[in-house]
Amino acid sequence: MAVETPVREPASPPRPTARGLLGSWDLLVLVALVLVVIVGTLTIDGVGNPRFYRFVVLEAIPIALIALPMTLIVITGEIDLSVASTVGLTCSVMGQLWQSGLTSLPALIAISLLLGAVLGAVNGVFVTVFGLPSLAVTIGTLALYRGLAYVVLGDRAVADYPARWTRDMIAPIPGTVIPWFVLVVAVLAVLFGVLLHATPIGRGLYAIGNNAEASAYSGIAVMRTKFWLFVATGVVSALAGVFWTFRFASARADNADGLELSVVAAVLLGGVSIFGGRGGLLGVVAAVALLGTLRNALQLADVPANALTIVTGTLLIASVVGPNVVRMARGRLRRRPPEERTQP
Amino acid sequence: MRITGVRVVATTVLAALTLAMGACADDSGSDAGAGSGTETANTSGTIKEGLKVAFLPKQVNNPYFDTSDNKGGKVAVEEFKGTFSQTGPSEASPSAQVSYINTLSQQQTDVIVVSANDKDAICGALTEAKTAGAKIVTYDSDTKPECRDVFVNQATADGIAKSQIKLISDAVGADGGEIAILSATANATNQNAWIEMMKTELAKPEYSKLKLVDTVYGDDKDEKSFQEAQGLLAKHPNLKGIISPTTVGVAAAARYLSGSSYKGKVQLTGLGTPNQMRAFVKDGTVKAFALWNPADLGYLAAYAGAALASGIITGKEGDSFKAGKLGDYKVGANGEVVLGDPYTFDTSNIDQFDF
Repeated sequence: MAVETPVREPASPPRPTARGLLGSWDLLVLVALVLVVIVGTLTIDGVGNPRFYRFVVLEAIPIALIALPMTLIVITGEIDLSVASTVGLTCSVMGQLWQSGLTSLPALIAISLLLGAVLGAVNGVFVTVFGLPSLAVTIGTLALYRGLAYVVLGDRAVADYPARWTRDMIAPIPGTVIPWFVLVVAVLAVLFGVLLHATPIGRGLYAIGNNAEASAYSGIAVMRTKFWLFVATGVVSALAGVFWTFRFASARADNADGLELSVVAAVLLGGVSIFGGRGGLLGVVAAVALLGTLRNALQLADVPANALTIVTGTLLIASVVGPNVVRMARGRLRRRPPEERTQP
Repeated sequence: MRITGVRVVATTVLAALTLAMGACADDSGSDAGAGSGTETANTSGTIKEGLKVAFLPKQVNNPYFDTSDNKGGKVAVEEFKGTFSQTGPSEASPSAQVSYINTLSQQQTDVIVVSANDKDAICGALTEAKTAGAKIVTYDSDTKPECRDVFVNQATADGIAKSQIKLISDAVGADGGEIAILSATANATNQNAWIEMMKTELAKPEYSKLKLVDTVYGDDKDEKSFQEAQGLLAKHPNLKGIISPTTVGVAAAARYLSGSSYKGKVQLTGLGTPNQMRAFVKDGTVKAFALWNPADLGYLAAYAGAALASGIITGKEGDSFKAGKLGDYKVGANGEVVLGDPYTFDTSNIDQFDF
């Protein structure tokens, strides 16, 4: 008897919570990432090379940036599909300003971020003030912002930026091959991570995603929170636009066309529920890395583009179905023990 | 339970990082070696065997590029006993192309033959590939000259203008008459350059009976081009011929003419693709039209790349090399190699092409 009690006590209280379950999905994505790295390094020529990671990181930076605020938005049960068009419009406006003689880099960046804030605020107003579904609103602004980008720049490309700007944007951290801009992503990731996982605001986001009405009654400023999330997404998308412009040394109206799908794919694969209320940043960051590494590794293995799309699509479906299956399975396992306990 | 979870995650991340770092440290030396050693002069003029030549079109699954790469480039690469591959994105975007250039440079490809989706955006990646030892040939669509070694140009503005005027003159016949141009957009640089050259060409005595009466713009949109062709005939009842130096325009104009009473009476030529124009050549709406032969373009690009990688040429003006069955070519100003005069398609040869 004396031996049994200490065994029992820790066994009964930690019932698997939603968070615990998601922790395991994060882990699954991380394990998948590590597996891809190990298997890739062993079997595909070039995956072990440092340049491989340089290219993966360069490609992943815009997706990773936008995925951060997108995670928070999806957790509240909303979505922003206009992000890639925001990138495109920012690139176009910045390009046009540069061409019209605005040559101060800080001013260009500041105006771009401000523009991003305005574009995000437009989404936010439609969703919160007019109460429209974000899916519909941001499909609308996806087309609208892209259209405006073409109005600004037409089919021209602005590419005559100083070589120093474009070189500096993708310069490596001294002593490594990894681009320094990844540090900006890391800082933002920590900021958003702390906000989401360690503050009342973050807990509020989960509450909104689970039940917006109940959250409103319990004193959470649902509309105000959502509005600022859209603004944040706009600003970060604009930052991605600045990076995009200098990384490719080319501002065009069709910059980042279709990028919203890569972002949403990473967020969902990272374990964030499309219905809101569930998910975390660690999983999303791991998912961005996983998708980027997998894509580049398969490309190195000469997998054709069509097959790559199929792989990404399958992963995405698995990521939407996967957590639900895990949750259902765990739910069943969880229900059983109490039944057994009540019988005797 | 939770603490263990965090620990496992942390350990995994650490393991992954260590792995990545290890990989970073490993290879930094071998990279530099790859670039050097290829710059030895080759005076014998023979192409090295076993060159890895990769074609990177604007997008894959595109019949035009499948013809240039698989029916041209591949044939050439097999002739000089190299390894051919075609790779690329499924959508024609510069950023996707950059990713493929990076992949090719990691694969230690000797020659990258690329049609640029953006003349600036892929420059950085191409420069990195060059540093890693690859020779860069652009074909079909060029980048900034400093980002590649050689550009294989399918046709010059002069060549296009001459062939267009010759074709319409032949089609209209010795009596000549009024002709018009159906262009793409009013501010398309290449279209306007061609139109100017055509005017110069028309001023020559042998074309004195041809009179250019109008230039209209279909904006490279099928419907608008169709309506503009219709408008031309309504406005100029004596019109004898239309030149449409754009694939969209010529196909739309052909569709209009073939369904109208003007079929066979008003002549049409332009720059078109065999697949779009086949039906109209067969039903007599169009006697002949021009474009370059994409298979030859890919073939020449492969040879130019191989000549670079073998040290036969460096890409400077005046360099010359032999491109298999196409014969000898010279590198012109700005590292350009011109394929030749546009290729004429008519009933006799159109069925040999599928793009």
